[in-house]
Amino acid sequence: MAKKLMKGNEAIGEAAIQAGCRHYFAYPITPQTEVAEYLARRMPEVGGVFLQAESEVAASNMLFGASSTGVRTFTSSSSPGISLMAESISYIAGAQLPVVYINIMRGGPGLGGILPAQSDYFQATKGGGHGDYHLLVFGPSTVQEAVDHVILAFELADKYRNPVMVLGDGMIGQMMEPVEFPTDGIPPAPPKPWATVGMKGRPQNLIRSLYLNADELERNNIELRAKYDAMERDEVRFESYHADEAMDVMVVAYGTMARIAKTAIDGLRGSGKRVGLLRPITLYPFPRQAVRDASDRAKAVLVIELSTGQMVEDVQWAAREGVPVHFFGKTGGNIPAPEDISDEITKVLDGKAVPRGLAPLPLEAS
Amino acid sequence: MTAATIFGTPASLTDKITHYCPGCTHGIIHRLVAESLDELGLRETTVGIAPVGCAVLCYHYFACDFQEAPHGRAPALATGTKRARPDLTVFTYQGDGDLASIGTAELIHAANRGEKFTIIFVNNAIYGMTGGQMAPTTMPGQVTSTSPMGRDVELVGYPLRVAEMVATLRTPSYVERVSVHTPRQIINAKRAVRQAFEYQKAGRCFSLVEVLSTCPTNWGLTPLESLKWVEDTMLPYYPLGLKKSPDDEV
Repeated sequence: MAKKLMKGNEAIGEAAIQAGCRHYFAYPITPQTEVAEYLARRMPEVGGVFLQAESEVAASNMLFGASSTGVRTFTSSSSPGISLMAESISYIAGAQLPVVYINIMRGGPGLGGILPAQSDYFQATKGGGHGDYHLLVFGPSTVQEAVDHVILAFELADKYRNPVMVLGDGMIGQMMEPVEFPTDGIPPAPPKPWATVGMKGRPQNLIRSLYLNADELERNNIELRAKYDAMERDEVRFESYHADEAMDVMVVAYGTMARIAKTAIDGLRGSGKRVGLLRPITLYPFPRQAVRDASDRAKAVLVIELSTGQMVEDVQWAAREGVPVHFFGKTGGNIPAPEDISDEITKVLDGKAVPRGLAPLPLEAS
Repeated sequence: MTAATIFGTPASLTDKITHYCPGCTHGIIHRLVAESLDELGLRETTVGIAPVGCAVLCYHYFACDFQEAPHGRAPALATGTKRARPDLTVFTYQGDGDLASIGTAELIHAANRGEKFTIIFVNNAIYGMTGGQMAPTTMPGQVTSTSPMGRDVELVGYPLRVAEMVATLRTPSYVERVSVHTPRQIINAKRAVRQAFEYQKAGRCFSLVEVLSTCPTNWGLTPLESLKWVEDTMLPYYPLGLKKSPDDEV
């Protein structure tokens, strides 16, 4: 298929169609509504289901029902909408169902704003709802990558029987870029013998997350944990941009922030500075080992996010002890320009920046 | 003389012993659903959706595929299920805390879209599983653990009449309120439940059957007193009968 100029949100909608998804349930919210508008036209063309739900609460529970019949299904929303879906995402994770969520993040907390943000990192990667669970989370940095991640999200959701989230920001949703859809075919969904489609000729299938017996509930949690362990082993994805060399500063950033950081890094490298970028592509599982290994080659680390500091905690956890971890963040929809990032990197290079502090520990008794 | 079986367990029920309290009418209502599925030949193509509440474990008693919904969300799961697989028979089985309180949005919009599944709505005027708290359907003056002086309509309004509320929607549907407090009413309730599944089987419309039920444990009454309480207290406020038919003029 030839390259096509598409808006991020529309490309996401088309990617889901290409991935064989024919069931989309959603509720409008800026800045991702174009996904719904695109699919309202497109789903009928391919004989699929487009349904505008009465709320994000209902939309996500419609995914719950649809996924329970074995079909590929997804929704798209933005931060406050994802909060409303958190209840059902917990149930869906507990019931081990494959569902794909797109979160085109906007600023928070609360109603926040409609401009781009990366402030749902904690919510996406640490669970978001109640209970012990994880989503597999992608952080695309281009529209093309958003397309690729959506397609992969359906495959991995089926593989792990687990919800998968593509975590973009408002820029990914709103900008237009040339994209290409795969032409070599996308693997069809695997058989789903667990689906609730009528029990003709077999015992009852039951989709549930309730286990009143302590041992049974623990068994479900152990099963879930085994899936997360497998994801941490097999699904870690990251990009190393000059981060396999010795660095005076290693930047860690994801999504569109990583892209802006690359421009800044190119400029600094042009003037001989030893700067690289480690870009997590999967946010959960977090590329902990890659960050650790790269931090061995760095004198300092600088984490850049469109938040007041969320992923930085995972970087602090991963980076080699003794390597200072700095942070630079903008919020409210303010996007740092490459020059702003160059300035921050230069401050670190010149030893003029203060590392991000960890919460002070209680004083030891003397 | 040979013995003939004239009464047995419907194929749509398992032989598990239920956890319901003595005198609770959930068991009767389960049976009416099961008999209807049997008679219409739907059991093997049916997906039930369980609520949160006393009936959360009803999937152990129904011999068909089941999903377990978050509190109040069963109509949204049913929507997703039925839209994905219109060939399946889909029903939710929900109590009054689940459907009439936390799940009103999902109920109203599923009904208003004309989703072609069936809701069995069990109204016993109280939260059973959590131990007898006030529900939107609790009767004026009724004492519960969260209305210890009796439901004060000045403070919390009047009980919600779900069947009448759904019947106001313009979208064609089948809505009927029945009761199971006497054998005669049980026979009538069976007719309504079966009718709902018949409409679904024909792809006609959304269907909701509200069934007045008992909760001897949390009402603090004997099973017999509970049946009388339905007759004396609930029936005057919750009139039985057909509220809406798909044959009504739109």
